[in-house]
Amino acid sequence: MVDGALPKAGDGTVASKGGFWGWLNKRFPAESFVRSQLLEYYAPKNFNFWYFFGFIAIVVLVIQLVSGIFLTMFYKVGAATAFDSVAYIMREVDYGWLIRYIHSTGASLFFAVIYLHMYRGMLYGSYKAPRELLWLFGMVIYLALMAEAFMGYVLPWGNMSYWAAQVIINLFGTIPVIGGGLVQWIRGDYGVSDATLNRFFALHVVAIPLILLLLVVLHLVALRQVGSNNPDGVEIKAHKDAKGKPLDGIPFHPYYTVKDLVGICAFLTIFALIVFYLPTFGGLFMEGANFTPADPVSTPPEITPSWYFTPYYAILRAVPNKTVGALLLLIAVLAYFFLPWLDRSPVKSIRYRGWVFKTFFGLFTVSFLSLMYLGMQPAQGIYVVLSRIMAVPYFAFFLLMPFYSRIDPVKPVPERVTFHG
Amino acid sequence: MSEAAGAMTVGPGLEPEIDSELDASRRKFLTAATGAVAAIGVGFAVVPFVESWNPSERALALGAPVEVDLSKMELGQLITSTWREQVIYIVRRPKGLVAALSKNDATLKDPGSAESTQPAYARNEMRSRTAEFLVMIGYCTHLGCLPKAFFDPGDPVLGAAWPGGFRCPCHGSRYDMAGRVFDGSPAPTNLVVPPYSYRNPTTLVIGSDSGSTQGAA
Repeated sequence: MVDGALPKAGDGTVASKGGFWGWLNKRFPAESFVRSQLLEYYAPKNFNFWYFFGFIAIVVLVIQLVSGIFLTMFYKVGAATAFDSVAYIMREVDYGWLIRYIHSTGASLFFAVIYLHMYRGMLYGSYKAPRELLWLFGMVIYLALMAEAFMGYVLPWGNMSYWAAQVIINLFGTIPVIGGGLVQWIRGDYGVSDATLNRFFALHVVAIPLILLLLVVLHLVALRQVGSNNPDGVEIKAHKDAKGKPLDGIPFHPYYTVKDLVGICAFLTIFALIVFYLPTFGGLFMEGANFTPADPVSTPPEITPSWYFTPYYAILRAVPNKTVGALLLLIAVLAYFFLPWLDRSPVKSIRYRGWVFKTFFGLFTVSFLSLMYLGMQPAQGIYVVLSRIMAVPYFAFFLLMPFYSRIDPVKPVPERVTFHG
Repeated sequence: MSEAAGAMTVGPGLEPEIDSELDASRRKFLTAATGAVAAIGVGFAVVPFVESWNPSERALALGAPVEVDLSKMELGQLITSTWREQVIYIVRRPKGLVAALSKNDATLKDPGSAESTQPAYARNEMRSRTAEFLVMIGYCTHLGCLPKAFFDPGDPVLGAAWPGGFRCPCHGSRYDMAGRVFDGSPAPTNLVVPPYSYRNPTTLVIGSDSGSTQGAA
């Protein structure tokens, strides 16, 4: 918590103060940081439920870092030892089961939170100018998170781990000319093996977490530059009082730190309920086939990835052509990067968009959730047909956006933020 | 602003303050030369890290040919072996199923194996050196799962028209009794045939072309 005895703004230089606070601030810009980032950082006063998830994502990141560091103390990397060491963690390390369930639950909830956070950005047009770069940093975080989750999934070296690695690495084999060599380079052997597991461990535990932390800093620096968007999609910096404070802004601390604490309490309650009562979440967070060791001569009867990858997986499977399937998967993931430039609407928030955009956005929402469900089902019959049907509105939302967002009958946007109950 | 300062501009309006115009061209040259040497250095430094991801000498050495005893194989049996960390399927095919292979040609993506990977001696309708034994790398050419054996024609799961073959559990690719992929599968090509030969009629050598061409149980 911020020191309640902080000097008020404008009462002289901090450096002239005595005591530890003065000593510290002569040597380190603690006070100016607290002021610029919390006390005098103004956020729009009309934030709603959707604005919890950015802060919650940072908390989940910390949970994953801490639980992950403790797991590495007991996990033994290597094709011969990995699976047994995970069983050892679950059965013999004091509270090892709890630490592992925290990490596995955290992984799934990280994606749940990030998806809600991204959906918020799409609801209120938060990707639009001047926040394009903020959105792009966020999307790179999402990609890094996907890589992190995939490699983490491989580490227990269960049979699903092994075959997930086999399938995902083989996706790179669809790249013309270099594909075959690239796949062997990634694996480090003629097949998925000990060499693959070792490098994935290094990337999962060291490289990608470092990149993620750097990206989060860049994301927050960009956010501080442009300020938060809000449910009305109006710029609070356009109306300031005589002192230069935005009329519709309130200081981040104490207003939003307290609000976010409430959100964190609710989130951690759900988190604990899952960890203690539903750690596998009925096979969605941890799959049964992964409780048998990696077996290179036996593919599990049905291969499905973790739930957070299934929308893209459904698209991959819906196409009866390897190259086109992989290409559509790539487009499905990367399409979000282009939203700031695909959206030609003069308004940001869904509140002031017309029926055309709302229809496309609604269909996109339905298609994403449907594809998520379909990607968990067997790759045959009606499921493949439905995947093909649902892929159409998914891609239409992005590809047609430059056209329908321009003809959308938008409503007038208010000058200042509003409150809706 | 001097020429040299222009060369070292960090961004618009961020030219460093440099007083002297005297050695502007030398400074520009030295900056460019240092940058070029640094770029070459980075290039060389990256190589060992990238190369370290290639299969190690040990992994390469373990990729030597392997031998498989075929003498105990039943007709219609599939056995698996591993070569170079890859699953090898060996099938002893009944004559009837081999004879029926040509009926599939119209529904195959690549009946003549023109686009597929196999040694020259397996580029035929049977995709093998001899009719009896089929030797293939077991990975689906789509994304590398292991197709499962459905050798019985008219298998209840795959329908009355099913001629016998393999079906991949991951994404539903289907192959015939010669590992040739059917139309409508996501897999682009037929299953890969590795180099193989026979040390004697009942001993298969996977990974080596240079033995006998004949195998018989």
